[in-house]
Amino acid sequence: MGDFTVDIRKKARSVDMDKCTGCGLCQEKCPSKKAPSEFNRGLNTRSAIYTPFAQAIPNVPVIDRENCIKFKTGRCGLCSKICQAGAIDYEQQDEIVTEKYGAIVVATGFDTIKLDRYDEYAYSQSKDVITSLELERIMNAAGPTQGHLERLSDGKPPKEMVFIQCVGSRCADDRGKSYCSKICCMYTAKHAMLIRDKYPDVNVTVFYIDVRTPGKNFDEFYRRAVEQYGVNYIKGQVGKVIPQPDGRLLVQGVDLLDNKQIKKEADMVVLATAIEPNPDVRKIATMLTASIDTNNFLTEAHAKLRPVESPTAGIFLSGVCQGPKDIPETVAQAGAAAVKAIGLLAKDKLLTNPCTAQSDELLCNGCSACANVCPYGAITYEEKEVNDHGIREVRRIAVVNSALCQGCGACTVACPSGAMDLQGFSNRQIIAEVDAICR
Amino acid sequence: MKYSYYPGCTLRNKAKALDDYARASAAVLGFELEEIEEWQCCGGVYPLGTDEIATKLSSVRALNAAKEKGQELVTVCSACHHVIKRVNDDMKHVEDIRTRANNYMQLDTPYAGETNVLHYLEVLRDRVGFDKLKEKVVNPLKGKKIGAYYGCLLLRPGKILAFDDPENPVIMEDFIRALGAEPVVYPYRNECCGGYISLKEKELSENLCEKIVDSAAGFGADMLITACPLCMYNLNKKTDGTIPVYYFTELLAEALGVKEEVDDR
Repeated sequence: MGDFTVDIRKKARSVDMDKCTGCGLCQEKCPSKKAPSEFNRGLNTRSAIYTPFAQAIPNVPVIDRENCIKFKTGRCGLCSKICQAGAIDYEQQDEIVTEKYGAIVVATGFDTIKLDRYDEYAYSQSKDVITSLELERIMNAAGPTQGHLERLSDGKPPKEMVFIQCVGSRCADDRGKSYCSKICCMYTAKHAMLIRDKYPDVNVTVFYIDVRTPGKNFDEFYRRAVEQYGVNYIKGQVGKVIPQPDGRLLVQGVDLLDNKQIKKEADMVVLATAIEPNPDVRKIATMLTASIDTNNFLTEAHAKLRPVESPTAGIFLSGVCQGPKDIPETVAQAGAAAVKAIGLLAKDKLLTNPCTAQSDELLCNGCSACANVCPYGAITYEEKEVNDHGIREVRRIAVVNSALCQGCGACTVACPSGAMDLQGFSNRQIIAEVDAICR
Repeated sequence: MKYSYYPGCTLRNKAKALDDYARASAAVLGFELEEIEEWQCCGGVYPLGTDEIATKLSSVRALNAAKEKGQELVTVCSACHHVIKRVNDDMKHVEDIRTRANNYMQLDTPYAGETNVLHYLEVLRDRVGFDKLKEKVVNPLKGKKIGAYYGCLLLRPGKILAFDDPENPVIMEDFIRALGAEPVVYPYRNECCGGYISLKEKELSENLCEKIVDSAAGFGADMLITACPLCMYNLNKKTDGTIPVYYFTELLAEALGVKEEVDDR
């Protein structure tokens, strides 16, 4: 159990971490400033040598080789000339670090869904239709507009804002996700209040299916948005956002409580897009033999009793890679995962379920059928000398790692020669039980 | 390349232009439209009644005729395309309809949705290719700002029609570009014109068309193109000639230099 050998690719930073003082001069002087800033969701640009965001740790920049003039054409080298610490190193190469670990915590996080299947909201057609994450950057003092709420099309301050919730979440068809993204109701209430607080003359309307506020003080927070800040909540979905020739947006929706179609002019529309696990997580799950569901969320060992562990021993889960959750829940799960990992590593001996699989070395023909079906990666093969009724020979036989085996029995069914048995539930024992009942 | 061709009744009278220009352009582009013998009206509206089979049979006959020739079936009218494509989907996927239609038809080999139904625009995009079309244009429609009006029948239901993204289609815009003109994207291009409701509740359809035309004009379109005779009828009543509405095949014929030849007939 545990005993992972991990190859870690340490990407070339092109900056010497020990020499760099983090003064930021190179980023200021870098002549290549056209790359879209990932942290600001592509709403503005960054230099080719950059730190991902202001509070990044360590505060050492990295050179984005695809956009660096030095790497593209061989000329420039300005950052190297001006760096007083002499920290720029264009020759740095990727490094593979191999380490051994006893436990792995998966915390691969999430992304928001792409909106290309939701063109009725006109995200691709109008710059003034934005996602909540983009609004978050716009409202941030270090963001692309220095914290001023303005339309991205013409820079004018909006007067009417419309928020649309559940874009891609709780979606009945296959365009979106069947699940509730869980965090959108709360951050939309937060955004609505922020805007009403900072710009009291801006009207804010929120279209929702349900407002879901299960959490300590959450409902009070939402009530405050409605009662104290005068945010206009409308129960109903939006069918279409229609860009008008004058640049405004016409939001066509329904008010279910009033049973009326409504059309609302807006200057900006904010979409609460569904969240989904990083699509690359499937590769990681395969690498770790950790189980994963159809939505690409990693599966916990038990929905109620073992929510921070993967069924594969030594693998722990933390954050949205396991299911949609907000910050306090993520912090709680991360803490629990860390404690579980420590609990595993601190013991000299491990207690496990005794009902594990075992192969009969005289019957096993080494065909690999069991290893292929084992969901926990608990079966390996070894060349072993056996004494088969006086015949001594070396055979390839299956060996079950009893610390990893969870006793699911998949291998016992897959084994064509009947060599694999669950201890305490062997084929002979079960047949004997059946015989006794039928007598 | 030879295709089976289903023109539809409207293209025999009111929308004759849609048909004539389509055939003339096909000849220039190097594909042949072989009209199905003794085709019957598709009914104009896809029958939603699940227990009703008779109204789907004319489509099945056309589909089977194409199957027997081993050809793909090409349509040009949006309404016919919609009806035939949806009936074909029923024949492929709905066992009850397939069984009952085949029981009625008494064909030598039962029909089970084998024919591939293509709209004329899909032939241009997927078989001819808009690049090739661009090469064949002799009279590019330079400087014209054209709004594509899709309407609803070509796009929805999106999964069955599988024509283009129902919320943000691009095929007609690409077509306009291939003809050398400038497409005008406006948000009402995939909204309904009201269809047959214009016979019963004139005002409703007029309101819908007004929005479509105003939006197109607001975004700078000089003209609209459509593939649907009914859309043409409804839109024309509203535009009063301020923004002319053309069949897409008319502009195609014009760009390919065969329009006058057709008009002189």
